[in-house]
Amino acid sequence: MAAPQQQKLKVNGPVAVTANRLTDGAVVWRTKAGGWSVELADAAVVTTADDALALLAEAGQRDLDAVGPYVAPVIVDADGALAPGNLRERIRVAGPTFELPH
Amino acid sequence: MYAYDEFDRAFLAERVAEFRDQVGRRLSGALSEDEFKPLRLMNGVYLQLHAYMLRIAIPYGTLNAAQLRRMAHVARVYDRGYGHFTTRQNIQFNWIKLEELPEAMAALAEVGVHGIQTSGNCIRNVTTDQWAAATPEECDDPRIWAEILRQYSTLHPEFTYLPRKFKIAVTAAGHDRAAIKVHDVGLRLHRNAAGELGFEVLVGGGLGRTPFVGKSIRDFLPARELLSYIEAIMRVYNQYGRRDNIYKARIKILVHEIGAEEFSKAVEAEWAAIRDGALHLTDEAIAEIRDRFIYPAFETRTDQPAELVDALADPRFATWHRNSVHTHKVPGYSIVTISLKPVGAPPGDATADQMDIIADLAERYGSSEIRVGHEQNLCLPHVAQKDLPALWAALDAAGLATPNVNLVNDIIACPGLDYCALANARAIPVAQEIAKRFADLDRARGVGRLHINISGCINACGHHHVGHIGILGVEKNGQEFYQITLGGRADEHAQLGTLLGPAVSYEQVPGLVEDVVDTYMELRAGPHELFIDTVARLGVEPFKERVYAAH
Repeated sequence: MAAPQQQKLKVNGPVAVTANRLTDGAVVWRTKAGGWSVELADAAVVTTADDALALLAEAGQRDLDAVGPYVAPVIVDADGALAPGNLRERIRVAGPTFELPH
Repeated sequence: MYAYDEFDRAFLAERVAEFRDQVGRRLSGALSEDEFKPLRLMNGVYLQLHAYMLRIAIPYGTLNAAQLRRMAHVARVYDRGYGHFTTRQNIQFNWIKLEELPEAMAALAEVGVHGIQTSGNCIRNVTTDQWAAATPEECDDPRIWAEILRQYSTLHPEFTYLPRKFKIAVTAAGHDRAAIKVHDVGLRLHRNAAGELGFEVLVGGGLGRTPFVGKSIRDFLPARELLSYIEAIMRVYNQYGRRDNIYKARIKILVHEIGAEEFSKAVEAEWAAIRDGALHLTDEAIAEIRDRFIYPAFETRTDQPAELVDALADPRFATWHRNSVHTHKVPGYSIVTISLKPVGAPPGDATADQMDIIADLAERYGSSEIRVGHEQNLCLPHVAQKDLPALWAALDAAGLATPNVNLVNDIIACPGLDYCALANARAIPVAQEIAKRFADLDRARGVGRLHINISGCINACGHHHVGHIGILGVEKNGQEFYQITLGGRADEHAQLGTLLGPAVSYEQVPGLVEDVVDTYMELRAGPHELFIDTVARLGVEPFKERVYAAH
């Protein structure tokens, strides 16, 4: 399967734009204010392909803060709280699904 | 160990300085990501799901204690306190910060290690038998030839932009621990009837989405012709290999499409034009490389010294000894495999503290030498048998004496979806769950030799095609599913596994594997018939009937 950046965009529900922070690779989310946040709760959420593409285009204009932006599904619960929309994004947000060696 | 000289040290220092400048320009915005990405990849720096990853080559799987200790330092200072040993005798650090990468690389370069050519469409780390220069089975030290290839292929201008990556493996033993038949080029060092040293040359092996076992195109290539013949292969591949489709670009596709015979003719024609040129290896050049390898000063000893015989009365030590200690070519010495597969832990991971302990033990008991095997375990190749009890006690205290080498829970697994941006499904937690099912090592020993390989996507970094039981993670409608194959093997009888049946869910995999193993235990001709031999005798059908009836 191609990486999300290489796939044709399909929007069937709420989505956000995510990327990796340039300095350390940390997962970041595009905010409504046009910046990046490590908190998914700060993400700008859109629900149409046109809006997602616009958000993505804006995010890609400057690659000094974050790299490899793409559109990722999110889940919005009844209270408006955001959660990752698939396993890949859950792992990006929460880290590996097993205890790391220590 | 190979002794690097001032040229090597200066080269690495210059390379670190160059990369430091590139990182600085990227962070300042002088370089765009599109400009920087190929530069970082040439130094082994990937961007994974949630962090940068640094892949460091361990040439022919050989490390000294200082190098391993420095890797522990990098893990501790620049990462999260551990490293991951891969199926290609590399180590990966999964949480490196870009802004700290130059410092980490400088620390590694001081002990002669680096990430150059661990990514990109070039000749990658040349791998070999982790028992090199220790096993009585071999006809020569294969690392001599791997080192010659390393020097030849490092920054080779003609082969920096190949159609696709290129992997070479060398073995000099009858039993192939380097998986040479599933590499782009596999080299089997042997002697002809006249006692001369030469290579059987195999091409076009590989795994990934289109797996092939390599084809032999030459039974005997005189050893001194190695470089000219490899160059001829590379030139034919560079000229005719496809560049229009990344999935068709490996040499295995070219060899498959034109046939091994036609490929061989093209190589021979190219070779005829260059074989007497500058790449002809003189005896002096070979001797110079050979002389740079430093071997332990083995003492005159006898097998089964009193210290060992006495210790064998301890059943725990005796169990480890039977499983993890192997015959050395010098009397009184042994090869020790250190399992990096404690039950329930991520396969192939070692903490910084464990790396330091292994480095200390290698200095104390193993001539300061450590090896990395493609099975993701480590090895001390030269241990005096009298020291085995003390070594075991120290390994055991550090959680490094799990006696499960080559057993069902000695699982090879790629990082999978827990780390890798290419993966479709997780691999490590699947391995952990399967290992837990066989946590009773008496049961695992009763099963005998059984290799499980798990990959989290079709790129097959976990070599699932050649696992006795192969497990491939796929994604269907957003869910993880796993295809199971039986009967693959990576040794001198290499073959690809046969699909068992429909893919099963993440939750079903451990139980299915357990059912496959139970079926084998019922169907085997006797305790001495290995799993792989039972599958070869009966095929997958009896397993399929039993396993899918239960699920």
